[in-house]
Amino acid sequence: MSVVVAKQLVKTYVTGDIKVEAIRAVNFSVEPASFVSFIGPSGSGKTTLLNMIGCLDPPTAGQLQVVGQNITRLSRQDAARFRGEHIGFVFQDFNLIPVLTVFENVEYPLQMVQSWPREKRKTRVMEMLDAVGMADQTHKYPSQISGGQKQRVAVARALVTNAKLVLADEPTANLDKKTANMVINLMKQMRDEFKTTFIFSTHDPRIVDNVEITFALDDGTLQKLEKSAGGDHV
Amino acid sequence: MFNIFQLAARNLFRYKRRTLLTSTLITLGVVSVLLFISISGSFKALMIGQITDSMLGHIQIHKKGYLASIDSLPLNRNLTGKQIDKVVQILAEEDGIEAYSMRIKLGAMFSNFIETTNIRLNAVTPTDEMKTAPLLADRILEGEKEDLIKPGEILIPELIAIGMKVKVGDGIVLVANNKDGSVNGQNFTVRGILEGISGPGGRDGMIHIDDAKSLLRINTVEVSEITIRLKDIDKLPAVFTSLQEKLGSMKNQQGMPVFEVHTWEKISPFFNIAKMIDLMTFFIKIMLVAIVLVSIMNVMIMAVYERINEIGTISAIGTLPNKIMGLFVLEGFLMGILGTTVGTVISLISIAIMNATQISFDFGRQTGLLLSPTIGATDVVLVMVIVIVIAVLASLQPAWKAARMDPITALKHV
Ligand SMILES: Nc1ncnc2c1ncn2[C@@H]1O[C@H](COP(=O)(O)OP(=O)(O)O)[C@@H](O)[C@H]1O
Ligand SMILES: [Mg+2]
Repeated sequence: MSVVVAKQLVKTYVTGDIKVEAIRAVNFSVEPASFVSFIGPSGSGKTTLLNMIGCLDPPTAGQLQVVGQNITRLSRQDAARFRGEHIGFVFQDFNLIPVLTVFENVEYPLQMVQSWPREKRKTRVMEMLDAVGMADQTHKYPSQISGGQKQRVAVARALVTNAKLVLADEPTANLDKKTANMVINLMKQMRDEFKTTFIFSTHDPRIVDNVEITFALDDGTLQKLEKSAGGDHV
Repeated sequence: MFNIFQLAARNLFRYKRRTLLTSTLITLGVVSVLLFISISGSFKALMIGQITDSMLGHIQIHKKGYLASIDSLPLNRNLTGKQIDKVVQILAEEDGIEAYSMRIKLGAMFSNFIETTNIRLNAVTPTDEMKTAPLLADRILEGEKEDLIKPGEILIPELIAIGMKVKVGDGIVLVANNKDGSVNGQNFTVRGILEGISGPGGRDGMIHIDDAKSLLRINTVEVSEITIRLKDIDKLPAVFTSLQEKLGSMKNQQGMPVFEVHTWEKISPFFNIAKMIDLMTFFIKIMLVAIVLVSIMNVMIMAVYERINEIGTISAIGTLPNKIMGLFVLEGFLMGILGTTVGTVISLISIAIMNATQISFDFGRQTGLLLSPTIGATDVVLVMVIVIVIAVLASLQPAWKAARMDPITALKHV
């Protein structure tokens, strides 16, 4: 069963008299444990699409199914509950909570979103920090670690609740190429280890080399790209 | 719930500057309210003490109708033998009475052999009077304070001493009308000058009760008023009610009440001033509460604004709106508790220090009055509860705003 199924999905923003068709009737599906990217220039609709999949923004029209559930119309409360249960987020700006340590940031969803007991939390957080290679930095604050390290912590936080789907909107936009590749490789490695589905977006064609499935977004329309053998499509 | 509590506490600890700022404001508010209550209360108690202890007493008993005609000091409205016995018997049954003094109040002509003027006098038994009005002796400006008054002596009010140019040791004559209309005169030696105070009886002179009887030719037991001092002024309402029930209900053959019982509050105009102090205290409390409310609200709104990104993040990853709301309200609540606790501790310590250092001040002619601020447990608890409730109320609106924030908009905020 597909993790994400979108049918004739439309998102139109209306501000005053201006109508922006950010997503124009797209169809796609994402299979479990796959590693998917949406690539497109700025303004092509990547964020809009990921926000809809992530239950942060309701579609204007069409059907959207995530982890087997129709999420086309959910109340605020149900949407929040759904996100907390099934989806992990990695943000472009890392969005770690500045006053919490690395450990506490990863622990947060287990404490405030799902209510894990203390000891279980600790084991789980250390397991995830170990997996992303941050186990030796647990007591540092976000301001004390590098961008790449922040994104590792963010990946650990996204995975800590056993989310079935991790959404990452331009997770590498604020990183240099080397670090960006490292983060993409880490996410892929996490997919291999935990069988979590990863969907991320980027405007940088260079970093999609080792992505298995790529959708190209352009002005709200979607096209599935076939993987070229040499990975030198530009 | 416990998790939110833990997180809220941790946030307060981590957002140190904000926490310090808010709780300092709360602390300041609490300290000013508590100190104001205790100091104004101390002033009030001191002034009441001055009033009651230097003349008025706490409760006065008269024959029914006496107070209404007190200006003419009527001798025909005195309490007589059996009535006095009844009062003495009832006072003996009553707990909480420290002492009482029986006074004959009279008007007389005062002559220094050159000029004559009117004088109002209280005739007392010195031992009883000193126990009932312990500060009375302090009002003696010149002359011996010991034993208050002896037969043949008179304490004259300051105004008459000045007006009639009479000094301590001078001889004077008092001439008074008796009940039967005849006139009698008697010689006295000026024993001392009595400082005037405001309020009833504050400008009266004083003689020994035996002299009043001979001057007025009274050969039975007869007094104009019985002034009572309580062991504890806080028991005033209880003792008053009890005396009022027992004495106020007594009727004579004609079915008219025999006695009238009054508290100092009823007799002294100062009571209105005391009530004004209470009213002022109340308004200052309201003002301070408003200040606390506005400051916490301000800081909480700032906090929510500064943490929009954080709110967006925790909301996006699935924190339920009511938990976000709970987090912010709890932060306000904990800051309230912190500020209030610190404020209360500081206040109590300050009050203790003020009492230990014995701050003295002068009030009119009274010098060296000691400020002894106290605060009741109920006042402390009430202020604490109010301020904590205010802290929670002030964080409700910002917390609600945080909880309702759209995660996408919040995340976009930089
Ligand atoms: N809240 C919004 N209101 C109006 N227009 C919006 C809003 N969000 C995005 N858009 C528009 O939708 C289009 C797609 O935006 P977005 O999904 O952010 O693209 P990307 O993430 O690929 O840069 C853009 O034209 C953008 O201006
Ligand atoms: Mg975008």
